[in-house]
Amino acid sequence: MSFDSFADFIAMGGHGFYVWFSYGASMLVVVANVVVVRRSRLRYIRELTDMARRQRNAEAVSHS
Amino acid sequence: MGMIAVPTATSAPRLFWSQFQRELVSVVRSKEEALNPLLFLFLAISLFALGAGGDPEVLQNIAPAIIWVLVLLANMMSLEGLFRRDYEDGTLEQLILLAEPGFVPVLAKIAAQWCVSGLAMTLLAPIAGLILFLPSTVLPTLMITLLLGTPALSLLGAVGAALTVGLRRGGVLLAILVLPLYVPVLIFGSSAVIQHMDGIGTQAQIYWLLAITMISITLAPFLVHAALKISVEQ
Amino acid sequence: MTLKTLWHRLGSPRWFYQISRPWIYVLGILALVLLVTGTVWGLVFAPMDYQQHDSFRIMYVHVPAAMVAQSAYIVMGFAGVLLLVWRMKLADMVLATVVPFGMSMTVFALVTGAVWGKPTWGAWWVWDARTTSMLVLLFLYFGLYALRQAIARPEAAARACAVLAVVGMINIPIIKYSVNFALTLHQKASFTLTEAPSMPPEMWLPLALNVLGVYCLFGANLLSRLRLEILRRERGTQWVRDLVLSGSA
Repeated sequence: MSFDSFADFIAMGGHGFYVWFSYGASMLVVVANVVVVRRSRLRYIRELTDMARRQRNAEAVSHS
Repeated sequence: MGMIAVPTATSAPRLFWSQFQRELVSVVRSKEEALNPLLFLFLAISLFALGAGGDPEVLQNIAPAIIWVLVLLANMMSLEGLFRRDYEDGTLEQLILLAEPGFVPVLAKIAAQWCVSGLAMTLLAPIAGLILFLPSTVLPTLMITLLLGTPALSLLGAVGAALTVGLRRGGVLLAILVLPLYVPVLIFGSSAVIQHMDGIGTQAQIYWLLAITMISITLAPFLVHAALKISVEQ
Repeated sequence: MTLKTLWHRLGSPRWFYQISRPWIYVLGILALVLLVTGTVWGLVFAPMDYQQHDSFRIMYVHVPAAMVAQSAYIVMGFAGVLLLVWRMKLADMVLATVVPFGMSMTVFALVTGAVWGKPTWGAWWVWDARTTSMLVLLFLYFGLYALRQAIARPEAAARACAVLAVVGMINIPIIKYSVNFALTLHQKASFTLTEAPSMPPEMWLPLALNVLGVYCLFGANLLSRLRLEILRRERGTQWVRDLVLSGSA
């Protein structure tokens, strides 16, 4: 552990803003990359499922 | 241009020459095509000089950068029309699909374009240097770097021109595609001139410009050919 | 399976969709473990740099992002070659999906570079070699993005982007060398494969973990974007219909 106290850790030797900004931004970039894909994937699969169901039902109706 | 290339059983050098001559003739005929890059170069240089209040010291310091950047831009603008007219009247399709090997007429077109932009600007560079107060001892370096660097600009730029030829608003897109690729040429070219002014040797830059031009000559014709095929097919 | 059959199967989006699923979890979990370990280690335990004090800790996020941003472009260059020479469908999808990840990493590297530069050099922005080549890399990414937007037909757009990515890939080393030649200010590369690192191990090990972690993240992200792209392109096919109806997409 290279810090004596929690306050030291937050202060980062006076460079707290720069360090924490960078780490915060890195979290943001990583999470955004994951979440964006995940959300559009879920949305797209829901769309596809609806489409496939409607198509299946239409086929069922035309067969009967 | 307007005329259709006869692709039958001509050897590659013959094909190159006939296409090259045809291009040059058509450029000379429509004078503005040959003069526009030069006009732009000197117009923009004058604007820079006026913007800097005509201060010789300031202008001398940034003259290498100004000249090289403007050469870059002028070259890029003249590339925009490189394939456009042939594309619109349909000759391009025959040119690249029928000619064998297909990259030869492409290389000839680029060579002709370089003659009226890169080469012409190289020849007039001393005047540009003088009105920006470059010391006359530096002018040979300026000319050599331009002579070696501008072919690479035409070749790399031709890839961008080929990719954007069929697109509306291709002009801005061409700049976005091509200018980042011009960075090494700009850096080596202008740093050679700057270092010569500071009395440092410039061999490294000159070799690098030569190397970049060589790489571009080997690869660009094929890539331009591939890009034109994509543009024609869509 | 011989190499040749593997090669042919790689051309089949359906096959790729089926085998790629477990890899997302493997790479994703690896990425999570590596990144958390590396980050906590770098942030809390790594000893302080005697010159830069604690601001050097930005290195642990800045350097991996810069490395993966460049690698991502190189990946697209290779995908471009595959597409132009062998017309591989999957390569086309790679070209379409890497840009957002690569661009976000490039922007992030530039921003953290500025934030690191302020306490270290006293300025938010300096025209030094590596900052500048990252900036040019960003422009190269913009070029690919703009070109794809400009061409309506997907197939033509993909092949046009392939040509541009190949030219860019050849250009990247030359750009790096040229800006290095003209502008040199950055500290030496914190990490090279050919020399022993000049930092003590407890300083560079967390960096190595984060670099590995971000590459795993790139892999997982690329795979999941690819799978989404496959679903989009194969929308009309029977296997996609069966897949969504069985609820296992």
